[in-house]
Amino acid sequence: MAAKKHSIFDPAIVGPAIIESFKKLNPITLAKNPVMFVTEVGAVITTLILFEGRGNLGFLIQIALWLWFTVLFANFAEAMAEGRGKAQARALRATRTQTFANRLVNGGDKTEEVPAERLRKGDLVLVTAGEIIPGDGDVVDGAATVDESAITGESAPVIREAGGDRSAVTGGTKVLSDVLKIRITSNPGETFLDRMIGLVEGAQRQKTPNEIALTILLSALTLIFVIAMMSMKAYGVYSGVDFSIPVLVALLVCLIPTTIGGLLSAIGIAGIDRLVQKNVLAMSGRSVEASGDVDVLLLDKTGTITLGNRQATEFLPAPNVDHQTLADAAQLASLADETPEGRSIVVLAKTAGIRGREILELGHAEFISFTAQTRMSGVDLDGASYRKGAADAIRKFVGGKLPEAVEKDVITVSSEGATPLVVAKNEEVLGAIRLKDVVKGGLADRFERFRAMGIKTIMITGDNRLTAAAIAKEAGVDDFLFEAKPEDKLARIRQEQSEGHLVAMTGDGTNDAPALAQADVGVAMNTGTQAAKEAGNMVDLDSNPTKLIEIVEIGKQLLITRGALTTFSIANDVAKYFAIIPAMLMDKFPQIAPLNIMGLKTNSSAILSAVIFNAVIIIALIPLALKGVKFRPLGAAKILQRNLLIYGLGGIILPFIGIKLIDLIITALHLA
Amino acid sequence: MNMQGWLGLAIFLIVLLLITKPLGIHLVRVLDVKSKTFLDPAIKPVEKLTYRILGIDPEKEQSWLQYTISILVFTIVTVLFTYLILRLQGFLPLNQDPKTFQAVADHLAFNTAVSFSTNTNWQSYSGESTMTYFSQMVGLALHNFMSAAAGIAVAAAVVRGIARHTTKTVGNFWVDLVRVHYYLLLPICILYALFLVWQGIPQNFRSYQTAKVVEAQKVQVPKKDANGNPVNDAKGNPVTQEQTVDSQTITEGPMASQMAIKMLGTNGGGFVNANAAHPFENPTPLSNFIQMLSIFAIPSALTYYLGRMVKNQKHGWAVWSAMALVFVTGVLICWHAEVAGNPNITSLGVNPAGGNMEGKEVRFGIFNSALFATITTDASCGAVNSMHDSYTPIGGLIPMLNIQLGEIIFGGVGAGLYGMILFVILAVFIAGLMVGRTPEYLGKKIESYDVKMAAFGVLLMAFSILGFSGWACVTDWGKAGINNSGPHGLSEILYAYTSCTGNNGSAFAGLTAAPTNGDPHYDITLGFAMLIGRFGMIIPVMALAGSLARKKLVATGAGTFPVSGPLFIVLLIGTILLVGALTFFPALSLGPILEHYLMYGGKLF
Repeated sequence: MAAKKHSIFDPAIVGPAIIESFKKLNPITLAKNPVMFVTEVGAVITTLILFEGRGNLGFLIQIALWLWFTVLFANFAEAMAEGRGKAQARALRATRTQTFANRLVNGGDKTEEVPAERLRKGDLVLVTAGEIIPGDGDVVDGAATVDESAITGESAPVIREAGGDRSAVTGGTKVLSDVLKIRITSNPGETFLDRMIGLVEGAQRQKTPNEIALTILLSALTLIFVIAMMSMKAYGVYSGVDFSIPVLVALLVCLIPTTIGGLLSAIGIAGIDRLVQKNVLAMSGRSVEASGDVDVLLLDKTGTITLGNRQATEFLPAPNVDHQTLADAAQLASLADETPEGRSIVVLAKTAGIRGREILELGHAEFISFTAQTRMSGVDLDGASYRKGAADAIRKFVGGKLPEAVEKDVITVSSEGATPLVVAKNEEVLGAIRLKDVVKGGLADRFERFRAMGIKTIMITGDNRLTAAAIAKEAGVDDFLFEAKPEDKLARIRQEQSEGHLVAMTGDGTNDAPALAQADVGVAMNTGTQAAKEAGNMVDLDSNPTKLIEIVEIGKQLLITRGALTTFSIANDVAKYFAIIPAMLMDKFPQIAPLNIMGLKTNSSAILSAVIFNAVIIIALIPLALKGVKFRPLGAAKILQRNLLIYGLGGIILPFIGIKLIDLIITALHLA
Repeated sequence: MNMQGWLGLAIFLIVLLLITKPLGIHLVRVLDVKSKTFLDPAIKPVEKLTYRILGIDPEKEQSWLQYTISILVFTIVTVLFTYLILRLQGFLPLNQDPKTFQAVADHLAFNTAVSFSTNTNWQSYSGESTMTYFSQMVGLALHNFMSAAAGIAVAAAVVRGIARHTTKTVGNFWVDLVRVHYYLLLPICILYALFLVWQGIPQNFRSYQTAKVVEAQKVQVPKKDANGNPVNDAKGNPVTQEQTVDSQTITEGPMASQMAIKMLGTNGGGFVNANAAHPFENPTPLSNFIQMLSIFAIPSALTYYLGRMVKNQKHGWAVWSAMALVFVTGVLICWHAEVAGNPNITSLGVNPAGGNMEGKEVRFGIFNSALFATITTDASCGAVNSMHDSYTPIGGLIPMLNIQLGEIIFGGVGAGLYGMILFVILAVFIAGLMVGRTPEYLGKKIESYDVKMAAFGVLLMAFSILGFSGWACVTDWGKAGINNSGPHGLSEILYAYTSCTGNNGSAFAGLTAAPTNGDPHYDITLGFAMLIGRFGMIIPVMALAGSLARKKLVATGAGTFPVSGPLFIVLLIGTILLVGALTFFPALSLGPILEHYLMYGGKLF
């Protein structure tokens, strides 16, 4: 997909967001957010009192204005988050319009042209080169190159073919060559593209369980403050102070958690948006949250932990054969071998000092390619036969026996989890080559950090125990599952879950589908089958299994941001009390002056400063809400300590400074 | 703040710490019907017989709802029982000779029955001039035991809910009730009462004695007309007349037995009006120390019980430490404020015994009064050995704030722990998000239902305290009850509803909740405040216990929120103070805080 990153205040998004902020004043939609709803009611009451025309009008007008701003700022934060999603949705939607499909009718004899939106599940369509695929489906016949850049942003075309694990196609992508017969698998409006658009726009967004719980807490706090303000009015009557309604409303709005209340939905939308920017599509906000809770990662060896293929890493010459000779023979035997293993031998030989050779300069050579029968490959050159292959194949080739030292090397290499190849020139065994799985760079470090965060990594491989153990050790995973069949994966997930763990995994094949469905977070590769995509709750458009790690980090970041801003919001109240309460009592009880610890100039400037701070802080925190609190892979205790210090203690101290500054400014401007 | 005080505080804390573990282990055994205690040989047969008589199957456990309904049924029945005793006490035995005490007025009987059954022990009457010995022993002391046992039972059910997983049951209320009585409260109270008798507390059925005073005194008393109503002059001021006092009535009765459970069960209802300030209720420094210790004993041990049950003793001690830290802070502030005294008096060149001694017993002095006041309000005891109304504004703020924080600083027996767990859940929920996982408490995910219940408990407390006091202070009946004007009067009203909602029962003695004109508003609203404070807490807390018990256990690891250690302790204290302060700061600012600044400005009330 067009994973464009937008700068936080991109004018193309800010403009519509401002308009949207006003539309969102509609109390019916605002009622979903109790904190902001109460703020709006407060703003309305204050505005109505304004029309009575009594009291200090300049002050009242400012209070009313800032209360409205508080609601607008919160709306703006939400609109900004939605706007960023919409910008991405727009690009997607462009691909969807005006697509026609060649539907097969009459049992496949004829085609008729229909608009894409009239296709139904089960329809068969024919898509030829240059056409857009009209909907999600499975290739039932043919093979073709497909340009999926509209969805993945990846410009290199991919192959889609009937049968196997590469049969799924996505609506909106373009066939570049050949013809595909596709069975449509989703009705219009339910396609992958539709779901993506809905999600990034926030249209289908439902509150996640954790958001609901937080909203309940925020509503309870709001109710407590409402009753506190009502009782305050009564205590005022008793004490002979007539607290005016606008001042009580101002205090109420300052106390209720407007900061988190205003930013809560923006944080959620931005979380999904951050995933989309990483080219991952979450099917629901719930799964994003769940990925923060994951504490077991099931990682496939191939592609996730190791690079796709084994590579030659070492020449092990036989006794009396020098290193150069072996390297030279190995290179000759591999020149025509286009497999990654073969190429890696050529490269390794070069590092051993053998000059690179071109196939063309050996024009008279006869290349022997690998077959399942011989299990060797090589070259016949100038009367000599160079061969490389599995130990037993070479054993047969040289007529019975390998030198003892080479046999020993073969056993050592296998026992270390690597694959040995043996090289021979005619009947002479020159030595062995070590082929090894190469663990991706930086993974061990990353797994170490995961361990600190309390996340266990489990590697899954079809290799035997020895090989698996060796790679597991090198990669630094906590555990491994060897000779694993798909059902072993499922069983392992169930076992981990029964022990109270939350499991995330990636998969692409149809046989991964049950495990993907069972896992708490199942990330399907976009190159995978439709069944895998349906079973998982996320799809990685780049089909990069390592991304699981980033998904977990984004999930955690989302929850941390929510918690940090809640803590900050509540901690802010302390300073607001010290600003407003003395101001409310000063006229009647001047002795209370020492309670005005910030030394705010006048009563009205104190109240106004607190209200302004309360509104402005929402705007100031929008970037944090959208980008998320910086995530550090540390243990829970360290993260907590850090965030409590920044958002808890910081949340208590910052408003004292902020309110004082605003007080200085508005008194300098003679606003109060 | 003298050396003696510091030493006293240190000794108190050390002794409390020492008894926490052994008593905690005993609690673990008492609250597990399958466990054995050293008292089994003597009590087991009685226990079994009790189950057989009551038709209880001790093996059969209840769901949270059945458990809660059992508590409610039990309370309703016992409230009615006590109400009837108070109304009928004129016909019942053990009245004074001659029969001086007649039926208690209906609203006072309601208030008192509710008060004792909710472990509040708010007393709108003077025990020695209202209650027969029968009412004291059967009607009231009975509740001292039963309400304490019910509180411990609820705490046990909640802890079980936390400790268990994927189950529906949280224990059997009737079994918990019986076992707490038989193995915990009764054995300790028998020994404790004997100790108190040794210290000099009366334990008899004798009628009140009259003694001639050595020197007759003349005092001014309000003049009353034939109907017993006060006579006012033309300006509305009460008319007084001179009266000579030459004799004194000496209270008698079964006091020691009632004192033991009054403290151990954090009830606090005095046999006599002066409560633990009376030399009969609290005769010696040793009895004072043991009474203070016995208030905190079970609540403190319950934190050990929590740690043991959830298999995380560090968590238990973390909760204990959070409680202890807030407790010590409260003592120090209160003690400091009382030692500093009233600047308006000291500025006259008078040094009133090194601080504010008004309303305090000379035998206890400032430190032991401040310590007692802090303890009795940290816990939901409400016994007093000094008059909180006479404290300096800040000195009086501490007891009030202690109750407003939810009486979770050790707190009432059981009630302290289950109240504290609400705050733990809130702390874990708010801060737990900050570690990047769905908040969880000891392996249980905290979800919206749990937050709802925790918030509900806190919300009802705030509603009852702020709502009722707000109402009272704008009505005539409300203002008629107060003894002092200005912010001090507001403090009196606020304290009354705080004390009743918190099920504390102590009073800013200045408030007259049962006026001579018979206005029932205070008795009734305070009665409802007590019911809301008790059951508005128990029901959500039990629902929470049920919800926690049903949950699956989430594996814990390095990524899990830590519920022990200094960080957690700071977080928990922060949450308690922040929630409490944010809720009650506006009210307090017009009461004690305003009064404090006015006092320093030279204005007194």
